[in-house]
Amino acid sequence: MLEIRDIHKTFNKGTINEKVALRGVSLRLEDGDFCTVIGGNGAGKSTMLNAVAGVWPVDEGRIFIDDVDVTGLPEFKRAKYLGRVFQDPMTGTAATMELRENLALALRRGQRRTLKWGITKAEKERFIRALETFDLGLETRSSIKVGMLSGGQRQAVTLLMATLKRPRLLLLDEHTAALDPKTAQKVLELSDKIIEEENLTAMMVTHNMRDAINHGNRLIMMNEGQIVLDISGEEKKNLTVEDLLQKFEDVSGEEFSNDSALLSKN
Amino acid sequence: MLDIMALLRSLPPSIAQGIIWGIMAIGVYITFKILDFADLTVDGSLALGGSVAVMLILNGMPPGVALIFATAAGLVAGLVTGILHTLLGIPDILAGILSQIALYSINMNIMGKSNAAISVDNYHLVVSLRYINAAIIIGLIFLAAIVCILYWFFGTELGYTIRATGCNEAMSRAQGINTNTAKIIGLALSNGLVGLSGGLIAQYQGYSDVNMGRGAIVIGLAAVIIGEVIGDALLGKRLNFAGRLTFAAIGAVIYYMVITFVLWLGLPSQDMKLFSAIVVALFLAVPYLRSKSVSSFKKAARKGASS
Ligand SMILES: Nc1ncnc2c1ncn2[C@@H]1O[C@H](COP(=O)(O)OP(=O)(O)OP(=O)(O)O)[C@@H](O)[C@H]1O
Ligand SMILES: [Mg+2]
Repeated sequence: MLEIRDIHKTFNKGTINEKVALRGVSLRLEDGDFCTVIGGNGAGKSTMLNAVAGVWPVDEGRIFIDDVDVTGLPEFKRAKYLGRVFQDPMTGTAATMELRENLALALRRGQRRTLKWGITKAEKERFIRALETFDLGLETRSSIKVGMLSGGQRQAVTLLMATLKRPRLLLLDEHTAALDPKTAQKVLELSDKIIEEENLTAMMVTHNMRDAINHGNRLIMMNEGQIVLDISGEEKKNLTVEDLLQKFEDVSGEEFSNDSALLSKN
Repeated sequence: MLDIMALLRSLPPSIAQGIIWGIMAIGVYITFKILDFADLTVDGSLALGGSVAVMLILNGMPPGVALIFATAAGLVAGLVTGILHTLLGIPDILAGILSQIALYSINMNIMGKSNAAISVDNYHLVVSLRYINAAIIIGLIFLAAIVCILYWFFGTELGYTIRATGCNEAMSRAQGINTNTAKIIGLALSNGLVGLSGGLIAQYQGYSDVNMGRGAIVIGLAAVIIGEVIGDALLGKRLNFAGRLTFAAIGAVIYYMVITFVLWLGLPSQDMKLFSAIVVALFLAVPYLRSKSVSSFKKAARKGASS
């Protein structure tokens, strides 16, 4: 469960670059909710996810994960509740470390790191089995340096890292945006499958309206640092891209500018 | 006339020296290669290790035990740089320079003057240039032990956090790693080795000097880079982590052999540091220039013009 209570965030306060990114965002996700997040550029989608992840402290408001108040916890301490996949495929993995070493790092998220071996024999086996389920041909290459992998493969690995140890909340920030359409589809399917199988609570930012409609049980739209639309249940099931575009125009007074969203209407 | 025999005679001492400085090179490897942190503390912590070891020996401590304190002193120096960088937000190079400058005064205070001598006649020193062969063997034992310990350490959960932090901080934090702690541990470990190396160097040469570490970082970088180039050329992908550490030390030995050679050729010793700087600059530039030769604006312009 995630509860965001009226959070505010302004970047570069008091300078000419001052930017109000979040102005009073509140949101409650129940266990098993899969919420997609849409909105124009600079609407505050990433900022909301980063606020939850604790990349920096919020100015106002509180954040609870499973009733634990995490508002005051730094990023590395919140990590034990979270699985994250980023837009840039380079961000989620350590390129100079082996694939299985990356997975071993992720498996210990939220644990104290001691002088025990960083990876055990049993884990190596386990990782190979986990990679098999991903069906990317990586199961035979678990000792390869992650830097040798393609963007799509790295993103899939990051997804595996995020979910290897069951997170209380999975945060996906346009995690398929940097991939070619086919790979993006594959990574998106993988995400869906994992969220479904593990019954995870998840938030997924996307620029693709169709994806936002087709995935998850809830959809929110952000504009200028606020949640301006919150749709769930039957209403979401019946939603069309046209509806969404119309709603976007209504709230923002401008046309949705993202080509990929328009192109993916059909 | 160049005297070949003189060159051959000077080889064993340069090997011994290279091995002892190789311990420092491994320290530099940890910060420069693993942690991706250009740590200039090294110049100060090397002299710190030397000063601490010599003064403790002069005050009656067994030379072997004094090395433990030299290591600990270096460790603390690294800790301070780490705190300056992580908790106080000072950029890495500047944090190292601040420690280095502070250590100059600290080393002066430790010795009470700018240098202090210990004679191998009066103390059972661990290594001494009087006994080159013994120094080489003992140096190799130290190196082997250090490589084994580091190979183990960087295979542990804690070691993984340092490697991950050096590679990708955002990812490390997302995986619950306290990157500040990881950096501090890495810097302490590195400078601990540098302090140990300083303690051994002081015993080897029979004195410590407040300036003995001047330019040490350049020697360390030279060793790391030379070792890397040669290691890759000889073993390529088969080179594992222990191998890479070993080649950093081998790089130091080669560095001192080259130095001995150019001195023998007649390069004035005052020009040595200039020579070292040029060598390091060249080795650092090669990978960059090589990648540019594959894709450069000039090349692109030529291609565009010809088609
Ligand atoms: N670390 C930061 N420092 C300064 N300004 C920031 C920072 N992060 C975000 N902003 C600003 O806050 C606003 C919201 O940005 P955010 O990244 O949340 O938008 P977004 O909805 O994710 O947009 P996009 O679709 O382009 O990713 C933008 O104006 C952005 O420039
Ligand atoms: Mg964004």
